[in-house]
Amino acid sequence: MHIPDGFLDTKAAATVGALSAAGLGVALRQARLHLPPRRVPLLGLSAAFVFAAQMINFPVAGGTSGHLIGGVLTAVLLGPSAAVIVISSVLIVQCFLFADGGVTALGANIFNMAIIGGVLGWTVYRLLSRLANGLTGQIWAATFASWLSTVVASIVCAGELAASGTIPWKVAFPAMTAVHMLIGIGEAIITALVLVAVSASRPDLLAPPAGATRSYFSFTAYGVLIALGLALFVSPFASTAPDGLDKTAESLGFDDKAAVIVPSPMPEYKMPLITSANLSTSVAGAVGTVFVFGLAWIFARILVPRTEPVDPLAAARLETKQP
Amino acid sequence: MHPPLLYQPAPARINATIKVMGALAMVFFVVALPARHAIFLLPVAAILLISAIIGRVRLRFILGRLLIAEPFILGVALLSLFQPGGWRVMLLIIARCTLCVATMIVLAGTCTISELVRVLKSVRIPSLLITTMLLMHRYLFVLGEEAHRMRRARASRTFRISRRFEWQNLATVIGQLFIRSADRADRIYAAMCARGWR
Repeated sequence: MHIPDGFLDTKAAATVGALSAAGLGVALRQARLHLPPRRVPLLGLSAAFVFAAQMINFPVAGGTSGHLIGGVLTAVLLGPSAAVIVISSVLIVQCFLFADGGVTALGANIFNMAIIGGVLGWTVYRLLSRLANGLTGQIWAATFASWLSTVVASIVCAGELAASGTIPWKVAFPAMTAVHMLIGIGEAIITALVLVAVSASRPDLLAPPAGATRSYFSFTAYGVLIALGLALFVSPFASTAPDGLDKTAESLGFDDKAAVIVPSPMPEYKMPLITSANLSTSVAGAVGTVFVFGLAWIFARILVPRTEPVDPLAAARLETKQP
Repeated sequence: MHPPLLYQPAPARINATIKVMGALAMVFFVVALPARHAIFLLPVAAILLISAIIGRVRLRFILGRLLIAEPFILGVALLSLFQPGGWRVMLLIIARCTLCVATMIVLAGTCTISELVRVLKSVRIPSLLITTMLLMHRYLFVLGEEAHRMRRARASRTFRISRRFEWQNLATVIGQLFIRSADRADRIYAAMCARGWR
């Protein structure tokens, strides 16, 4: 999902870039206030870990393979703000040293992967992990959260591409969503398997980090940023109203593609087709979401052993870790 | 693991700030260029070619990297055909993307991480982000090697493996990799403190 340069036009890139810069700023502020110095190297090592983990290919049917994205996994292991910093660092290094993902699209990539994956995914994880006890609840929540954040990120990505006039929404939305509903299943399974593997030998790493105090500032700031992103890039297309971004851009006079897309409202006969396509995709999406939610629970029940095995070594380690 | 060609020693040491800012300026120009002035993409390509020759970036390095990015670009560009005047949008997207990716490849081929960090520091990027990026780059290949060793150890102990267990095994490798990263981070913190960090 790394958007290269050239897919986003100036207004979309600048808008989402501002949102991402603000989100990264909030994350860095949280880290400065709450992150103990002991955990600073862990951020760098986690970034290297995410990069290395992304290189491990999981075989999928037909000779294809997929790999981990890692937003929710990082957020579950490190907390949301640390995850935003870690994934953003990965994206920046990938952009500058590996030419993977564009410079002007860096804001969009950070928003889609670090902020949606790290913050939205983590929020869903925290809310759902209370639904069932112990590890089962955590795995269930992490499974569903990684699937959901992958799909939401793809929808926002489709919105960004559509707002740029690169791909029309009626193509981008169904295509991106359908593909990422499948990719998200892979991401969810890998995330769950990795978390189970980590908890089997080091359950202390899965416990929420001690420094993560509840902060209304970050909660509000992240919430506003994500809501703004969805409002700017998704809702203009979801409703039949004209695209707000395009309208502003046109009135400011710096949108060269306006001549093709904006001036007159869409021809009437096209409307029902588009809305029905949107509607059917949305309905399918809703059904799929409920389905995955149930599937994630079954998956968690299968993966997590009923009685928690007491590992004396891990317990001893846990004992020494606590100051 | 054989890391792909990452750096090339740049024979002519040009100031890193000029290199990075120049590349960024080029990318921003290409992205912001209005469609009706698309002809101006040609001089940009010429400048890029000249800087690649001055920087002695090998053609194989550029083409090899472009080949990785191009299928994705073409795939998305094809989707843009589904709109009025789509073929023009498609051609423009392909030209823009290829030019930007090539610019970044030339930059990556002539710029080291320490140069990049110096530039980032000079534009006041917060130090926590820079520390994270530096540590990430330092331990990238260490962890990559570690993952590779774990997979080889697993492969030497397993004859045939069903898909389900392969996924479970790979996930265990990733989980172990994180545990080892966390332990290594603790050791690195101790080492950093011993050398007077902060």
